[in-house]
Amino acid sequence: MTRRHDGTLHVSRREVLTLGAGTFLGVVTSWRRVTLQAPDSLPGSGPSGRLWDPARAGRPLPPVTAADNDAAIQGIEKQIHCTCGCNQDVYTCRTTDFTCTTSPAMHRRVVALAQAGKSGQQILDEFVHEHGLAILMAPPKRGFNLIGYLVPPVAFLVAAAVLTLVLRRWVRAAPAAVAATASGGPDATPEELARLRRELERLSS
Amino acid sequence: MTVLGNLALWLALLVGVWGALAGFVGGLQGRPDLAHSARRAVLAMCGALLVAVFALEWALFQHDFNVEYVAAYTSRNLPIFYTWSALYAGQKGSLLFWATVLSLFGSLALVLTPRRHSDLLPTVAGVVALVASFFISVMLFGHANPFHRLPYTPLDGSGLNPQLQNPGMVFHPPMLYLGYISITIPFAFAIAALLSRRLDADWLVAIRKWTLLSWLFLSVGICLGMWWAYVELGWGGYWSWDPVENASLLPWLTMTAFLHSVMVQEKRGMLKKWNLALIIGSWLLSIFGTFITRSGVISSVHSFTQSSVGYFFLGFLIFAAASSYALYVTRLPLMISEARLESMVSREASFLFNNLMLLVIAFAVLWGTLLPILTEAVLGVKYTVLAPWFNMVIIPLGLALLALTGIGPLIAWRRASLPNLRRQFAVPATAGAFTLLVLLVGGMRDPYPLLAIALGGFVAATIVQEFARGARARHRQYGEAYPAALGRLIARNRRRYGGYVVHLGIVMLFVAFAGMAFKTETQAALRPGESVSLRSPYGHTYTFTHLGISQYDALNRQITAATVEVRRNGKPIGFLTPEKRQHVDGLGRPTFQPSTEPAIMSMLREDLYGVLGGTVNGTEQAVFRFTINPLVWWVWYGGMIVAVGGLIVMWPGGSPAARRSQAGYAVRLVGTEEKA
Repeated sequence: MTRRHDGTLHVSRREVLTLGAGTFLGVVTSWRRVTLQAPDSLPGSGPSGRLWDPARAGRPLPPVTAADNDAAIQGIEKQIHCTCGCNQDVYTCRTTDFTCTTSPAMHRRVVALAQAGKSGQQILDEFVHEHGLAILMAPPKRGFNLIGYLVPPVAFLVAAAVLTLVLRRWVRAAPAAVAATASGGPDATPEELARLRRELERLSS
Repeated sequence: MTVLGNLALWLALLVGVWGALAGFVGGLQGRPDLAHSARRAVLAMCGALLVAVFALEWALFQHDFNVEYVAAYTSRNLPIFYTWSALYAGQKGSLLFWATVLSLFGSLALVLTPRRHSDLLPTVAGVVALVASFFISVMLFGHANPFHRLPYTPLDGSGLNPQLQNPGMVFHPPMLYLGYISITIPFAFAIAALLSRRLDADWLVAIRKWTLLSWLFLSVGICLGMWWAYVELGWGGYWSWDPVENASLLPWLTMTAFLHSVMVQEKRGMLKKWNLALIIGSWLLSIFGTFITRSGVISSVHSFTQSSVGYFFLGFLIFAAASSYALYVTRLPLMISEARLESMVSREASFLFNNLMLLVIAFAVLWGTLLPILTEAVLGVKYTVLAPWFNMVIIPLGLALLALTGIGPLIAWRRASLPNLRRQFAVPATAGAFTLLVLLVGGMRDPYPLLAIALGGFVAATIVQEFARGARARHRQYGEAYPAALGRLIARNRRRYGGYVVHLGIVMLFVAFAGMAFKTETQAALRPGESVSLRSPYGHTYTFTHLGISQYDALNRQITAATVEVRRNGKPIGFLTPEKRQHVDGLGRPTFQPSTEPAIMSMLREDLYGVLGGTVNGTEQAVFRFTINPLVWWVWYGGMIVAVGGLIVMWPGGSPAARRSQAGYAVRLVGTEEKA
């Protein structure tokens, strides 16, 4: 290929043929590549393709293992507070915030302890031993902590008892108040009043 | 524009302080000149704050990144909706939004309140001006000025947190703020009534619409927040008992209690002390919610960054609680009940038990929210108190409340006779028992969902019975066709039947909550073409097949999307496309960590919820979490029905003539006991 004095390019026939053949081979090769990759997205076909830009998909994750879906492990993890600041349990955090590195580490610790033969309670005790009681999603129901659980129901019982007493007192005081105003009442027999009251009840119900 | 914004803030503060002084003095001394001045001060403050909002929005839309707030919450490529909502996305902007909306509500209250309540208005203006001035002071003196400028100008802003870039977040925070803020108006009227010693039911009439409005905004705000959490956060639920969520529930519970007990005061002249205490308490809880959100005193994913404004709010909360309740205590002797309770088995008594239950739930939520602080103070350890604790304590109380929702409307006012009770309870109790039986036969054994759905059946039957009886009575009396009779029944007594519509929405919500007990989920790492199956509580088998991953750019983000084919019992029903999003600024630089965007297929009975966790070693092999969430659809439609019921109750008009004639009838029956 030579450039002439007027700036135009002179291309020989051989060069044109070589270029054409190269282009054809390039297209064919890339076409083969496309057709090879296409079945990748069909059921039951070969290995996974690489992403165009893996960084956009976030932190690379390890494949899911049987322990990740183990109901017993999940049950334990739902009682442990993730310390990343998410205010979630370990299971929820590791299956929600996939940028978090704390909950996967805590999950691995739970799995390791379970594989070492520890029971659910022993695993929780181990976490409490390492991180303190705040690691649990709710304080254990024993000792002083019981106050935390008992105050609302006790408050309910006390309030209900007080309300019942007050209502009783009000009810007892009511006939006297009604009697005091009875002289100014309507001109009707008790039967008529009872009937009227029933009708009003029916209307207001 | 920031100069204008700063000037507007200072002007609003000065006018607000004057409005507060003039309002209180004018109200106490009965001076019309000061009363007039206070009213104008609130209007002027509203104008100044609107100018400040305009200045901030101008800076946001002009991408004036020299303004710290603009640089912190927006970027050049942020979509226009979110640029607008950045106004309340951050601490400083939301304080401005609070003060502005409060002054706007205050102005509306002053303009729209009928003249017969005019003696209360100076104090109302004073309270509104005082509260708004506090918020402006926090901005100006608490290092929370949204117009603060940086010493340099960044090329682009940091952008809005990806989780806030969701339509739910455009509407959820303002709705919740509107709920919190509008409680100030009933509170202002309550303080005005206490100061002026006008403690009859008159002030209640003046605030009726405002209390309903606050409750409605809070209800819609809470439901929108649940929806946002569900569609955006990716954990597959909508309520996690986070302190900030709890803070929004607290005033809702006390306002709901008030809306019930106020009926007793209006009908019977009872519970005056109780209603005033509830209104003051609701407002204090709204400020408490603001304190929780902004102080960082309790760890929450929803809260703003920790700052010194928490101390301002704590101080204001203590001052407001002490002064309000001190005033309340001095007026207790004036609040005498006009009627007596005639029977323990009456609508009045059932309302009181309903109030008790709502307040105990509110107390339990508050107790659980504050427990970490209490344990830190007493034991030196800040315990974690989250979903397991709340589920254990709140669910039984909630079920009792649901039962009362059905029982209350069945009991007559004043006194219920045994035949009346028998007649009223027969159908609903049978419906509840039948529902329970069907569920037991169907194999359901989990006690809480079982009770929730059975009680739901009972309450729904109560509501249907009320509508059916009312429509039948109209059909008999006026010969109206049943649809017309039903329509007129609601139109003639909007408060009662609108209330029943709200109850229906609440039943739907409870049933939906019960459905979450049957949630199932699985995690899987799938190569293209691989599948995972999940069995739903209804017995269907869903198969999720990973078809492949695509990556592309959109607006201000780079998307990695997986396409998942969904089959139910082998038949294809659609696709899920969960995404990972990497947000970038105008220069293409990543702004936040990649976020997760769940894909949801919503159906009447269950939702299919897919989350793309990420990929394995940069290949198309992707880690997914698939969840089947039963009855979630019912949460959103239950919430909508609650809102529709609230709108029916609020809708102006009705039949005053009919109410008057009924009231006259009651007076004739009971003589001097009822002054209706």
